[in-house]
Amino acid sequence: MFDELFTISTLIGILHSCVRLATPYLFASLGETFGQRSGVLNLGVDGIMLMGAFFAFYVVFEGHNLWVGVLAAIAIGVMMGLLKAFVSVTMQSLQGISGIGLYLFGLGLSSLLFKTLIGSVEGVSGFRQLAIPFLSDIPGLGHILFNHNALVYLAYLMVPVSWFVINRTTLGLKIRAVGHNPEAADTLGVSVNGVRYTTMMIGGALAAVAGASLSIGLQNVFQENMTNGLGFIAVALVYFGSWRTIGVLGGSLLFSLVNALQLWVQALAIPVPSEIAVMMPYIMTIVVLAFTARQIQKPAALARSYERGE
Amino acid sequence: MNTRLYLAKLIDVLLPVLAMLIALVVGVLLLLLLGTDPIEAYSALIQGALGNVSGITQTLTKATPLLLVGLGICIAFRGGVINIGGEGQIVVGALAATAFGVGFSSLPALILLPLTLVSGAAAGLIWGGIPGLLKARLGVNEILTTVMMNQIALRLMNFLLRGPMLDPEHVAAGTSIPQSAALPESIWLPRLVPRTLFHSGAILAVLLALAVYFLLWRTTIGYRIRAVGLNPNASRYAGIPVPKYVTLSLALSGMLCGLAGAVEVMGVHHRMLEGLSGGYGFSGIVAALFGKLHPLGAIPASALFGALLVGADKMQRAVQVPSALAIALQGLVVLFVVSSDLYVRRRTRRRVGDDGSDEPLVVEGEKREESTEE
Repeated sequence: MFDELFTISTLIGILHSCVRLATPYLFASLGETFGQRSGVLNLGVDGIMLMGAFFAFYVVFEGHNLWVGVLAAIAIGVMMGLLKAFVSVTMQSLQGISGIGLYLFGLGLSSLLFKTLIGSVEGVSGFRQLAIPFLSDIPGLGHILFNHNALVYLAYLMVPVSWFVINRTTLGLKIRAVGHNPEAADTLGVSVNGVRYTTMMIGGALAAVAGASLSIGLQNVFQENMTNGLGFIAVALVYFGSWRTIGVLGGSLLFSLVNALQLWVQALAIPVPSEIAVMMPYIMTIVVLAFTARQIQKPAALARSYERGE
Repeated sequence: MNTRLYLAKLIDVLLPVLAMLIALVVGVLLLLLLGTDPIEAYSALIQGALGNVSGITQTLTKATPLLLVGLGICIAFRGGVINIGGEGQIVVGALAATAFGVGFSSLPALILLPLTLVSGAAAGLIWGGIPGLLKARLGVNEILTTVMMNQIALRLMNFLLRGPMLDPEHVAAGTSIPQSAALPESIWLPRLVPRTLFHSGAILAVLLALAVYFLLWRTTIGYRIRAVGLNPNASRYAGIPVPKYVTLSLALSGMLCGLAGAVEVMGVHHRMLEGLSGGYGFSGIVAALFGKLHPLGAIPASALFGALLVGADKMQRAVQVPSALAIALQGLVVLFVVSSDLYVRRRTRRRVGDDGSDEPLVVEGEKREESTEE
């Protein structure tokens, strides 16, 4: 019965799912990377994702264009990011805990809105497969890589874009400076709080799009707490990827591969205790963190609020 | 203590209350935006939670796990670590207690009951101790590991409740509700009010609050936990084995959460089922923060949030305002409470050396983690 898992078409199917399912992880953890590189740990990603997922879904459900849905998600994500920035940067609160507050707020509010405005589980027709001409005709690889919906492509496009912004632009230089040594950055005239507000807005927008990618891209449905803690994984993926975009990509693909395998094992009714299998990425993440915690160069000012000396 | 300090202390206590009020006001605005009558909703909430004996006993029943988790959160915070893993620790505690209680049901109740509680606590201790050990020995961020441990615990539960721990009666009857067999009735925690769910776990939780207070402020171990939490570097120079106390804080924190799971099983559900943790792992953090991270403050705080949870359920049934409002309100309370810490901290800094009181300096928590400054 395991033979079924190893046929070419199944393997292609699994890899296709893997590429596709990495989408929310990518958006959310790339967004989180911006925040953490600037020294702000945002543990509320899951709450922002839920809000983004709801608003995107609601807008599309009301008959608007899918991209309007994405814009709605971005708008709410920026607002949630501003809230997080106000609490963490201006009010200098303990970042891990304020993130939990943001998470609970987003979780509760998205459920409240969902129950009040929609009421029952409904479906929408989300983003369609968009096969890229010629490239999608490549046998095997074409289906795996070039036969996805627009949000999936956008997620992968965000990897080099994020890399470029962080490593090759003035904003990125400021982000890294503020995350590494806020005192020095401040002395050089960089607005520490301004940069951190910016990264929180970027991170919030990307987290919300991650949510939208679930509700109008992959599952095309909204349910209470539909992220199931995915946002928390996204935070861990940033550590896992050593604060580098390429590492974040690797971590996202790892988690999505396991998700894809689980889906296919279920679909093919292979009697593997999949609950055990799905523990593996979490255990692996802990192991990787344990081995690398002392070596990797993390932003020196991570989770440290900054206050100008008198 | 002079008047100014007395006033400052009073403000400290009132800040969370103020945070709650602001959260409720924001809740009013939300409800108005959604076209519901906030007065109707809130009165249904208060009426449901405190309006009659049934409401009050349900409130206290919900407050019990919140208090136990909140106590665990207090210890972790005071020790300078953050435990986000309450949910997972509750789940493994409940699983272990169920497995033990069902597996050794032939033992006399006098032995079985305490051992069942202990097995839940032990499972939580291990589940919290692993992140503690990883933090202490290898410097792994405990926020991430506790989050991962939550996910692992949930999957472990899904696996066990669909396989090895699935109720044999359900298997025989052909139904497949993922829940375990029932505990022997002899180890159900005695009811405090007949015909309600209110059980003696509440007394245990209050006693433990006193015990945690005693531990933290009247013993060497507690003194060291707090010292490490306030300043690990100074503690190291003073000869305190910092890694040991970091591990201990998280392990004890996990132990109390595990116990909360065991108490929920033995007092309320009498078996293990999905959704048993019910968000207590997060709500307990809210209660602990609200109680100013003081074990005795956690007692009224957990009662308040127990009331909020119960009242919200009643509100949903009575006036169709979704109970999720309570979760959003909790989030707002957290955001306001942690924001108000800025005020407390600024004032504390102004009067450094003023008195030897134990201000909740834990607000500096994450600064301590990676920096040597201050």
